[in-house]
Amino acid sequence: MTILGWAQIALVMAAVVAAAIPLARAIAAVAAGRVTLLAPLERAIYTAGGIDPARGMGWQGYTLAMLATNLAGFLLLYALLRLQGLLPFNPQGFGGLSPWLAFNTAVSFVTNTNWQAYSGEAAMSYLSQMAGLTVQNFLSAATGMALALALCRAFSGGGLKDLGNFWADFVRLNLYVLLPLAILVGLAFVALGMPQTLAAYVEATTLEGGTQTIPLGPAAFQVAIKHLGTNGGGFFGANSAHPFEGPSALATSLQIWSHQVIPFALVLTFGHIVRDIRQGRALLAVMLAFVIAGTWIVYAAEAGGNPLHLAAGVDPAMGNMEGKEVRFGQALVALFTATTTGASNGAVNAMFDSFTPLGGLVPLFLMQLGEVLPGGVGSGLYGMLVFVLLAVFVAGLMVGRTPEYLGKKVQAREVKLAMLAVLVLPAVILGFTAVSLVLPAAASSIQDAGPHGLTEMLYAYSSAAGNNGSAFGGLAADTPWLDATLGIAMLLGRFAYIVPMMAIAGSLAAKPKLAASTGTFPTHGPLFAGLLAGLILILGGLQFMPALALGPVAEHFVLAAGKIF
Amino acid sequence: MNMTQAIPADEARRGTRRAALLTHPILRRAALDALRKLDPRRLVRNPVIFVTEVVAILVTILSGRAALLGEPWTFQVGIALWLWLTVLFSTFAEAVAEGRGRAQAESLRRTRTDARAKLLVRGDDRALWQPRAATDLRVGDLVLAEAGDLIPSDGEVVEGIASVNEAAVTGESAPVIRESGGDRSAVTGGTLVVSDWLVLRITAAPGATFLDRMIALVEGAGRQKTPNEIALDILLAGMTIIFLIAVATLVGLASWGGRPPSVPVLAALLVTLIPTTIGGLLSAIGIAGMDRLVRFNVLATSGRAVEAAGDVDVLLLDKTGTITLGNRQAAGFIPVPGVTERELAEAAALSSLADETPEGRSILAFARERNGIAAPALPAGARVSPFTAQTRISGLDLPTGAYRKGAVDSLARMLGTEPPPALREAVDRIARAGATPLAVAMDGRLLGAIELKDIVKTGMRARFDALRRMGIRTVMVTGDNRLTAAAIAAEAGVDDFIAEATPEDKLAYIRRAQAEGRLVAMAGDGTNDAPALAQADVGLAMQTGTQAAREAGNMVDLDSDPTKLIEVVEIGKQLLITRGALTTFSIANDVAKYFAILPAIFAASYPELGALNVMRLASPESAILSAVIFNALIIVALVPLALRGVAYVPVGAAALLRRNLLIYGLGGLVAPFVGIKLIDLLLVLLGLA
Repeated sequence: MTILGWAQIALVMAAVVAAAIPLARAIAAVAAGRVTLLAPLERAIYTAGGIDPARGMGWQGYTLAMLATNLAGFLLLYALLRLQGLLPFNPQGFGGLSPWLAFNTAVSFVTNTNWQAYSGEAAMSYLSQMAGLTVQNFLSAATGMALALALCRAFSGGGLKDLGNFWADFVRLNLYVLLPLAILVGLAFVALGMPQTLAAYVEATTLEGGTQTIPLGPAAFQVAIKHLGTNGGGFFGANSAHPFEGPSALATSLQIWSHQVIPFALVLTFGHIVRDIRQGRALLAVMLAFVIAGTWIVYAAEAGGNPLHLAAGVDPAMGNMEGKEVRFGQALVALFTATTTGASNGAVNAMFDSFTPLGGLVPLFLMQLGEVLPGGVGSGLYGMLVFVLLAVFVAGLMVGRTPEYLGKKVQAREVKLAMLAVLVLPAVILGFTAVSLVLPAAASSIQDAGPHGLTEMLYAYSSAAGNNGSAFGGLAADTPWLDATLGIAMLLGRFAYIVPMMAIAGSLAAKPKLAASTGTFPTHGPLFAGLLAGLILILGGLQFMPALALGPVAEHFVLAAGKIF
Repeated sequence: MNMTQAIPADEARRGTRRAALLTHPILRRAALDALRKLDPRRLVRNPVIFVTEVVAILVTILSGRAALLGEPWTFQVGIALWLWLTVLFSTFAEAVAEGRGRAQAESLRRTRTDARAKLLVRGDDRALWQPRAATDLRVGDLVLAEAGDLIPSDGEVVEGIASVNEAAVTGESAPVIRESGGDRSAVTGGTLVVSDWLVLRITAAPGATFLDRMIALVEGAGRQKTPNEIALDILLAGMTIIFLIAVATLVGLASWGGRPPSVPVLAALLVTLIPTTIGGLLSAIGIAGMDRLVRFNVLATSGRAVEAAGDVDVLLLDKTGTITLGNRQAAGFIPVPGVTERELAEAAALSSLADETPEGRSILAFARERNGIAAPALPAGARVSPFTAQTRISGLDLPTGAYRKGAVDSLARMLGTEPPPALREAVDRIARAGATPLAVAMDGRLLGAIELKDIVKTGMRARFDALRRMGIRTVMVTGDNRLTAAAIAAEAGVDDFIAEATPEDKLAYIRRAQAEGRLVAMAGDGTNDAPALAQADVGLAMQTGTQAAREAGNMVDLDSDPTKLIEVVEIGKQLLITRGALTTFSIANDVAKYFAILPAIFAASYPELGALNVMRLASPESAILSAVIFNALIIVALVPLALRGVAYVPVGAAALLRRNLLIYGLGGLVAPFVGIKLIDLLLVLLGLA
């Protein structure tokens, strides 16, 4: 680790927080319907859709509207992927995707996961990339943000009957937040050297006289929303490690900024909506602490290098450079790794399969902690609030009152729903991983023996269920079993979590908002932040510790003992 | 770890029905009950312990099978044994908690004898009655109770006045007066008429009397889980499911590149991870919380009410008798110019020599205390001029002079003089401060004023400060005018007051506070308190009060001491804190168990994971066994804490949280590392591992 490396990390994170503060206020204004820049366009959309944006929806109505939108998005994307061979903007003449892969990919982009069992430049037509995947990048991001706003509103007052209007939230978030930001960041990416063209791939003759196909495409703007919406699905197979998708250290830094700025801003937006910004700051502090800690471990582990390589005489100054791009360096790789998994983005600028065991443990564990650090756009906030309710419930009893958060009592119904939501992740991740490890048809996808092989499988389901989408690598993912089960894992990880979470929102909204006093459990200061961090760490750790012990932890100690498989 | 026992200080002082925490007969009975409670049909109500029992059965069968097949079985039997002990310790904890209540119920039941009632044939004729078994009485029957009779059932006095010994319900043997009308008209079945007679209208159906309810309550019969308990149960069940998933999937995970651990080992892992500590103690905590209230001589109609007490934000307290001593006392002498304070004090004392009212006594006492004036005995030649409602003046004629005291205007009028401006000023100042002025005269000359104050009970200010730190607002309710009320409120240190309060005012105040999202508690005794008692979230009715008040409240104080509302709140808080603390402790414990068990169960596949064995436990078997044993023993170790409750300190929520997180969170992290290591050392020492 170097001072310069830490300076890079500090600079990027400072830029994230600095931008999140005004953005939070802007999102709060959008949520309240105070932004009317594009009012005529908005009105036209509402008229066309027969929508009354002022009509409030209860939690069921809001959830159903969201589910209907997502189902429609899934069906359209599935059809597009299957039929892309017949459709225009396909200069390379790619055929339609197989039913399994199309299902997996459609689910993946609808659930904001962006797990990719395909390689973009070898499978996707420009139309699929632009009208299918990019559109879903916007819609799934807006879906997450809208749901988070609904939950925020539940805390904003007492005896509320509705959580807002899904359609209005959905339209406004796209128009006023995601689109403007994506245009700005997309232009920056073009300036930094990313292609944005509909021209066909270029055939080049190399110095050695061989021919090379250089893939192109409308990449820059898709990459912008890929990060801003914490989607993470790369335009090219190598994702942000590809020279066209991550052309420079500056580009990769801007990507790191992009996939964190909205999740962090939303936490502060929450503070604005509940009219107590300190609440938002406390959550932000917890998230930031985990991101920094995760970055530190990856940085230390990777910069420290592989003990076997060092023993073989590799220069220790470089650290473990396998699978990493020299133009990024260890610090930006570590920060990208911790943030892309912490923020449920899933883009990668290095290959995790080549990391040291501890370096690979961090992204895996950050996903298993529930994708709340800071998590995906919207999903991070609502996931974090579910953890907050549990932390408040357990520890809040210790102040001698029925636990309450922001004046809302946390009672049996909320605890039940929160536990239902929290159960999804361990059930899906551990369940599918265990079955896939003993099922020969599934286990044959694994490339490596020993604990590293277990990590490859565990990582895939953790990534899918956490709606992250990053791949550890080393897993042949495009098989019917993995396409189907990972698709199911993504669906459950997204919607089996959302439904109980929205039920909590409905239940809390209707409750009276109790006045705070000195007897109320304080949920801002460092004490609560520490408690929340402890709960997330212990709850996540307790669930996944046995699995991790058999994977990266075992690999770490085995490697230290000089053993390989 | 700090396991300070927390018996409310007042409990000891009051000396009410305080049984020893654990006595031999209770323990013996509890041991038997603990076995009876192993019935899975009963245990299923407690998901954590139910899962433990199912796992214990499974391991028992497996170890039996191993023994039959001649495989190594001692380790398996060891695990099975400790799993059973884990279940037993939990049922034992519940049985002990119930046992303490049962002992009290039995002493109560003895008083509910097969009383015979004198059923009046005609309501207006006391002479005409026929005997009837108490159990055959109907609501609305009129019965006669004479000296020496047990009151057959709960009722309302419709005629007569009598002294009644209520020791059976209150434990207080001094008889109390019961009479028709007014606020002392309720009588309780099982109490004894000591003198005179009463005609009662029966108000409770057989089996539904106050005593019956009390017995059911202390026995914990038909105990409903409280809302918080239900929520906590769900959390614990959810965590149990999570750990079931984590452990069950280990079979698949561990078979990758190795052999999965055996079922007994996985069972041990599961049981040590699921929150058995809090799961095993949860119902004992609830029963003990209720029991603490009963031993404090307060009966709650439900556990829900006890929990609500912990949540209270606003306390409505009556001024008289609760905040102040209830009678005015001398608190100052203010002489007019030209008169010394000592002269005034002397005159005041002499004017009060024959005054037997508490005010009069207090003037003598104050003169002695402040001015060192020893009041002489009433001299032989003294002529007493008694207080009358007409004159509002009293006094004494002595050879040394004629001494008078009384309301300032009355005295001035009698003397035919205008009070001097200095006196007028002093009087106004006293009235503004919420006190009552009395003028003193000697031989027709006004000497000055006595300040009579409503004296705030000692220590009330500190208690209100403590309540404020807990985030609870105290509101004083009084019939006094605003000026007086404001002054006393300021002196007592309450946050707010309702002056010239009518029952409607109280009700309106409660409704307003509730609309602002606050929970309100109040104490009351009169029939006109009933609506407010019913509206309040916690209504503490006095045992001496009316039947209407007792029905409206959700708690009854057998000592009829409204100040106890404060302790009731503390007991409610203590109950919740105990649950939260043990839950936190239970979850924090799991970290150490992973460090003990994970390296042990994967030792065969990855011996390198031994690096995680930070406790340096002797062998995989001893590590697993030590964790299981610790997990079982910690339940027993925490039974006293569960029964007594975690110490409650009246500080703000933030400080309380910091303190409890440190003790139970951090303590919960560290304690098992130490405990498991010690057990492991012991196992090695005994050659068991």
